Amino acid sequence: MNSYAQHEHHDFLNAVRQALADPPLQAALVRLTSTLMAGNRRGYAALADIDALRDHAKLIKEHTLAYLDRYLEQLEMSVQKQGGHVHWASDAEEARQIVLGIARQTNSRRIVKSKSMTSEEIHLNPALEAAGLEVTETDFGEFIIQLAGERPSHLVAPAVHHTRESIARILSKYSGETLPDEAQALAQAGRRLLRQKFAQADMGISGVNFAVAETGTIVLISNEGNARLTTTCPRIHVALMGIEKVLPRWGDLPVFLKLLARAATGQALSVYTTLITGPRRRGETDGPEEFHLVLLDNGRSRVLATPFRESLQCIRCGACLNACPVYRRIGGHAYGGVYSGPIGSILTPLYDSVVDNPHLPHASSLCGACQAACPVKINIPHMLIGLRELQTHQRGKSRWEKLTYHLAAAVLQRPWLYRLGLRCARLVLRPLAHEGWLRHLPGPGTAWTEARDFPAPAPRSFREQWRQLR
Amino acid sequence: MKVSLLVTCLSDALFPEVGIATVRVLRRLGIAVDFPQAQTCCGQPHFNSGYHDDARVLARHTLRTFANGQTVVVPSGSCAAMIKLEYPHLFHEDPVWHPRALDMARRTHELSDFLVNVLGVEDVGARYEGKVTYHMACHLRGLGLRTEPERLLQRVKGLEYVPLERADECCGFGGSFSVRYPGISGAMVQDKAAFIEKTGVSAVVATDAGCLMNIAGCLRRRGSAIRTLHLAQVLEKT
Ligand code: SF4
Repeated sequence: MNSYAQHEHHDFLNAVRQALADPPLQAALVRLTSTLMAGNRRGYAALADIDALRDHAKLIKEHTLAYLDRYLEQLEMSVQKQGGHVHWASDAEEARQIVLGIARQTNSRRIVKSKSMTSEEIHLNPALEAAGLEVTETDFGEFIIQLAGERPSHLVAPAVHHTRESIARILSKYSGETLPDEAQALAQAGRRLLRQKFAQADMGISGVNFAVAETGTIVLISNEGNARLTTTCPRIHVALMGIEKVLPRWGDLPVFLKLLARAATGQALSVYTTLITGPRRRGETDGPEEFHLVLLDNGRSRVLATPFRESLQCIRCGACLNACPVYRRIGGHAYGGVYSGPIGSILTPLYDSVVDNPHLPHASSLCGACQAACPVKINIPHMLIGLRELQTHQRGKSRWEKLTYHLAAAVLQRPWLYRLGLRCARLVLRPLAHEGWLRHLPGPGTAWTEARDFPAPAPRSFREQWRQLR
Repeated sequence: MKVSLLVTCLSDALFPEVGIATVRVLRRLGIAVDFPQAQTCCGQPHFNSGYHDDARVLARHTLRTFANGQTVVVPSGSCAAMIKLEYPHLFHEDPVWHPRALDMARRTHELSDFLVNVLGVEDVGARYEGKVTYHMACHLRGLGLRTEPERLLQRVKGLEYVPLERADECCGFGGSFSVRYPGISGAMVQDKAAFIEKTGVSAVVATDAGCLMNIAGCLRRRGSAIRTLHLAQVLEKT
């Protein structure tokens, strides 16, 4: 079983219903996404050449993906030259075993982690804990999520579904004191609790935002500084990256640094941009003794060879989530996968199973707000449609649906049948209408009239009036 | 100049007044309009739901119907986007139909695109007394038409234009999406309607029959008296 599938293959419709009936969640989602989207727009507007910059970033990604094997080997060599170790993991299980192996060999018992969606993807924490290791998430939001036994519900704001009150409850329970539900006090408490963990840790695990092939440098972007502590305090640093995160040249980095924070929050740069090239060198006073880079495939090379390759350009900025009117209403957990929102609706079916995730590609109005917000202009609507197309070839797809579309096409390609169909619809629907509108549609149309009225066909269609217009 | 009108199936069946208004606006500007009678539906519903073979059948039908080489004007960003962006994609590997798709894509224009960018007209000589707001249909974003309809509206005499909060957020129509997920779609259109009501206008304008039927249906359900108008219906008035 693929690791993406380990989350509840839950009932999407039920999750949606619950989310829609949860006013505090709705309020939190609107607050967060509105702020971040306003930031995204401001951030883009601040650069005169933003459009060219985004196109340039996309070209770099396209090029890198076309020569991915070459750049990964170059990255490996560069990291080794700097004294680091490189591990190749073809799937989640291999990646988990690699990290466990490093922990064993280096006698590491206590682990601190900075935010990494890739580690969520391979379900690293449960594996480490099962091996008797202590793991602490050090991003404040991730820390809360970990204590609550949940999963992140947003790429960059993992605990968006929590309120100050619920965070106070969770932290109080953990620390054994009664904390007030004030942002300042909670942040202070989090800081105090986490500092201890940093001081005691043997191993730090981080993700990777970018890795530069020609220098062997990994780049971490964060706002809390926990990534720096994670990668410098412990003896051992393990960085986990999906293979698509490699960039060819040092000179490519500024393009993405200019874009990532702007797309995500509107910041020109995030508070911390950490560049790490190898472990501590002779004569240096800080940094880990050992640096390990784990390169994770986990289905990526398979997707690389499909029409969905463009999805590998994603830099996980979260902008598409913030822009999405559907995400804004149902939140991250409803999607049921590690990654949520528009990009999650592509990744989960692709990496888990198209058959087992029938709703995700359809739960989008294809409005294109995601693509407009995406720093690398990923054509998400197109890929959603591509997944819908895959579904139509799969067994288990409703025969009725197929037949309906097929019949409709047969009618619509014959103008006389179309006219006849129109007349029939009018005959059936007009008597049911009041002032030209229907309050209840029969059959599958019921879903429409649950939320709004439906217009009855006009007494005379445009084509019937055309003669007079002439 | 002569153009062919692609009225769209939704306008044809549900809102013929949109087609009529489009014809009147174009004629007032000295454009001759014809209406190829064989036109039905561009195939977007099939394309969006993943039934690409069926979509190709309807695309070929549409390409044949509009094979006269004339400029095609569509009072819908959604159908224009289907033809301009997706037809070439659908026939990507077809040596016969791909050139024809590219040809039609090039000469097809959404109404506001045609008026502003082809004719170079912003003031179409319209007069409309009243306060209106404008909802931006999503496919205009895809077509890169971010300001055209507003520019046209702002030149209408007597019209008081009130900007809409989150004007470019989807109204929740999305074709089959609205029927598959009425909960989400309903929440979206309820929010849209609430923002519209907040502006205190007497009418809301959009460029697509899909958005209009969705928003109008919701405003009606809420008991609101705000009218929904297609851009062409405002530009038609003198
Ligand atoms: S798809 Fe684009 S917008 Fe969404 S997370 Fe990835 S890079 Fe960001």
